Amino acid sequence: MSVSVRIPTILRTYTNGAAEVSGEGATLREVLEKLDADFPGIGARILDETGKIRRFVNVYVGEEDVRFADNLETATPSGVQISIIPAVAGG
Amino acid sequence: MALASTETTTTSLDFGPAVALSCRECGARSPLGPDFACTECFGPLEIAYEFPRVTREQIAAGPANIWRYRALLPVPADVTAKRNMAPGWTKLVKADNLARELGLRSLHVKDDSGNPTHSFKDRVVAIAVEAARNFGFHTLSCSSTGNLAGAVTAAAARAGLDACVFIPSDLEQAKIVMASVYGGRLVAIDGSYDDVNRFCSELIGDELGDRWGFVNVNLRPYYAEGSKTLAYEIAEQLGWRLPEQIIVPVASGSQLTKIDKGFKELVTLGLVEDRPYKIFAAQAEGCSPVSAAYKAGHDVIRPVKPDTIAKSLAIGNPADGPYVLDIARRTGGAVEDVTDAEIVDAIRLLARTEGVFAETAGGVTVGVLRKLVAEGRLDPDAETVVLNTGEGLKTLDAVADHARPTAVIRPSLDAFRAALA
Repeated sequence: MSVSVRIPTILRTYTNGAAEVSGEGATLREVLEKLDADFPGIGARILDETGKIRRFVNVYVGEEDVRFADNLETATPSGVQISIIPAVAGG
Repeated sequence: MALASTETTTTSLDFGPAVALSCRECGARSPLGPDFACTECFGPLEIAYEFPRVTREQIAAGPANIWRYRALLPVPADVTAKRNMAPGWTKLVKADNLARELGLRSLHVKDDSGNPTHSFKDRVVAIAVEAARNFGFHTLSCSSTGNLAGAVTAAAARAGLDACVFIPSDLEQAKIVMASVYGGRLVAIDGSYDDVNRFCSELIGDELGDRWGFVNVNLRPYYAEGSKTLAYEIAEQLGWRLPEQIIVPVASGSQLTKIDKGFKELVTLGLVEDRPYKIFAAQAEGCSPVSAAYKAGHDVIRPVKPDTIAKSLAIGNPADGPYVLDIARRTGGAVEDVTDAEIVDAIRLLARTEGVFAETAGGVTVGVLRKLVAEGRLDPDAETVVLNTGEGLKTLDAVADHARPTAVIRPSLDAFRAALA
C-alpha cells in the first residue's frame, strides 16, 4: 500500500528538503501516522491537539479534498498521491 | 522563523510602517518575507506595523488614490513615484433613490467598479506589486476567479514585470478578454477556482514558480492589506465617520476581514470617533459555505462545490471564512445569502434606482441588503453602506435575458407611437 505524499515548502524542514516522500497506509490517518514516524514532529504540524486536521491545512487524496470525503478515514489506495497544502485566500 | 523561499534579507526591504509578519492564529512573529503561512500552526500571516502619527490633514493632502493612506500600508514612502495603477478613491454614491425604495434613512454605495480594471482587485494588487519589487520577483502571478487576473496582468504591464495568471476555464468571456489583453500568459485550468488555487499552491513550491510573486499566495499578507483602503475611504468620504452598518461580499473572506481591520486602525489612530459598527457578510446561495456555517452556529467552514452566477465569489473553500464568522458575530452583524434570481433582480434594482451597473457580486450585496431590510435585521435609521466591488459589463450574461430593447421599430413616428401604446 505504497502512496506518495507531496510536502509543502513550509514542512520540508522535516523531510530534509524533499518535496515528495513515499508513505504507507490504508487510510489517511495511517499514512499520517507513518509519516510522523518517518519524520518526527511533522504530524503535529498537520493535526491539532485534538487530532483533527488543522483548519488552515487542506489535504487531498488524489484530486479529492478529504473534507468532501471521509476526512482522516479517507481510503488511500496503493499508488495514490496525497497533497498537503496550506489554505490560501483568493479572489 | 519563517521559511522564505528566497535568500532575500530584510535589510534591503522598504515596507514603510510594516515591521514584521504576525500569525493571526498563534501570534508568532517572523521577518517580512514572501511567506503566507505560519511555520508553527499554518495560520495566515498578517502585517504588523509601527504606525507614525497620522493626521486627517496629511491624508487629505495626498493623491486621489489609495496612496493617500500610504503611511498605513506596507509600501515605501515614495510609492507615488513608482509605476503602478494608482487605484482607489472611487465614488461613494449617496443612494437616496435606493434608500427610499428600501425604506432606509441613509444609504451609500461604495462603487469600486471605478477602479482602473473595474474591480476592487486593483487595490490589493497595487500593494502586491510593491512587495514583488521589494523581493526582486520578476513574474507576477495569481489564481483568480477573473477580476484578479485582469488586475494582475494590467499592473504587471504598468510595472514592467512579466505576468502568468491562472483561471478556471469556465469564466465569463469578458473576464477572459480582460485578463489576456494586457499581455503576459493567461492559463485556463479545467476545474473550479479551488482547483486552480490548489495548483498554484503546488506551483509555488516548485522550481517552475521560482522568483514568482503570486499575489494571493506568497504575497498574500501584503496583498490583503489593500482591502483596508476600502474602509479608510468609506470613513473619510462619510466625513471621517464609521458607517453603522456595512454589507460586504464574501468569497475568501479576506476583504471583509481587512475592512474590519481598517476601521479598527482608524479608531486606534484617533482618526475617527469610536462608535459601534455592524458588518454583514453576503454570499450567493450557490456558494454559501460561510453563510451555512453562520446559520448552523458553527465556527468552522465545510467546503462546498460552487454553482452560482456570482463567479467572482465562487470560492468553495474560503480561507478567511472562520474570521468572517467571528467578525459578523462580534459586531452584531450577520452572514446571509441570496439566490441567483435574487442576484439578477438586485443588479437591476441598483441600476434602475442609482444608475450603477454592478457585476454579480454587487447583486449579491444589494440582494442581501434588501433581504435583511425585509426581514427587519437591519436598522433602517442607521447609516448604511453597501459595497459594489465590480463592473456590470464583465457579467453581461447574468442580466442579458432581462435587458433587451423595449421595442424594435422602423424609424417613423407612427411606429414609435404604436410601440408606446
